[in-house]
Amino acid sequence: MSSSATILYCRCAYAQVVPSGVKNEVLGKLCESAASFETVADLCEMAAHRDPRLQAIASCANLRIAACYPRAVRGLFQQAGSPLPENAEILNMRTQTATEVTEALLKS
Amino acid sequence: MITHTHRPLRVILYEGTGSIALPAEARAKVMMALLDKGYTVTRSGQGASPVPHDDRSLLVLGAFEGKAPALEDVTGQIMIDTRDITDLEPDAIVSLVEKTRGDKPMNEPGKWKPWFPVIDYTRCTNCMQCLSFCLFDVYGVSEDNKIQVQNNDNCKTNCPACSRVCPEVAIMFPKYQGGPINGDEVNENEAKREKIKVDISSLLGGDIYSTLKDRSTAFKSRFSKERSADKALDERKKCLTKLVGDGFIPADVLASLPSTDEILKKAEAAKAKAAAALAAQ
Repeated sequence: MSSSATILYCRCAYAQVVPSGVKNEVLGKLCESAASFETVADLCEMAAHRDPRLQAIASCANLRIAACYPRAVRGLFQQAGSPLPENAEILNMRTQTATEVTEALLKS
Repeated sequence: MITHTHRPLRVILYEGTGSIALPAEARAKVMMALLDKGYTVTRSGQGASPVPHDDRSLLVLGAFEGKAPALEDVTGQIMIDTRDITDLEPDAIVSLVEKTRGDKPMNEPGKWKPWFPVIDYTRCTNCMQCLSFCLFDVYGVSEDNKIQVQNNDNCKTNCPACSRVCPEVAIMFPKYQGGPINGDEVNENEAKREKIKVDISSLLGGDIYSTLKDRSTAFKSRFSKERSADKALDERKKCLTKLVGDGFIPADVLASLPSTDEILKKAEAAKAKAAAALAAQ
């Protein structure tokens, strides 16, 4: 894995629109790896509160996010005043398989 | 403005030097349990770059073999707690975190749903129709005359009505089930052919519901069942009906619901605000 990557996992805990099987499997695979990673309960909840931590996340140079639709995730960060860098990679746990998401998160 | 501002404790699951790593299954179970309670959790392992820390307190969990080290932030700005989790089951670890948090308030999943519109500014043309359409003052205009979401908390949970009338498909509700309202990609060809043209003044004048219904009967969207003036009408009406129907709503809230006269005033005010913003561009 790239030494400069930052991995972020969103649990979507406040509304459960991400299939539980996918999000559990992704988290399980991350836990099986040796990688460091960040997890948040819900990016929507953070954006609603303009959580300053979104700014810290957006400041990461090589960001990989497991959440939902990329258009929505970018919109959430922008609306919270912390737009994501162009190169941020967003994996969609609502449409992609756990394997696809995890491989993209942990790729070299 | 937003009222639910209690930020969660940041928990660090430390598995570096001086600690013993948890089995993967237990690690996952602990993280799931903490996340489902609303905490943010960092797994400290190898390789990836961490997210910089902010000004919140830290709780460091690790299997330190009996004695958790006392840690102090070199800047003196952040309170760091450490707890030893050697031989603790995941449930006991969660209890330990809850006990450490004490009575500090925190938002918790299940008690509130983060439901509010998110504007896709790559699509938004600043037409201000959403500002005029929403009866609850969710939208406003920025100092540089751009439409923006200003009052998230005013948005009525599960009501995506404004997104259905946005002519550019630029309004998303990430917690919504169907696309493109949930943020799914927009089919550009279909969107161009089926842009929903809404005459806001006619929608909001007089009997808004019958007016909108008449219009939507005449207008059949081929683009998507998810985006229609008819659905928008129904949802806006449901929001109002639900607020009235829920017996626990205080009288002052009931009294604040828009009447027809108020809606007309809102329409005029929104129209003026939108016109001023557009003229200033």
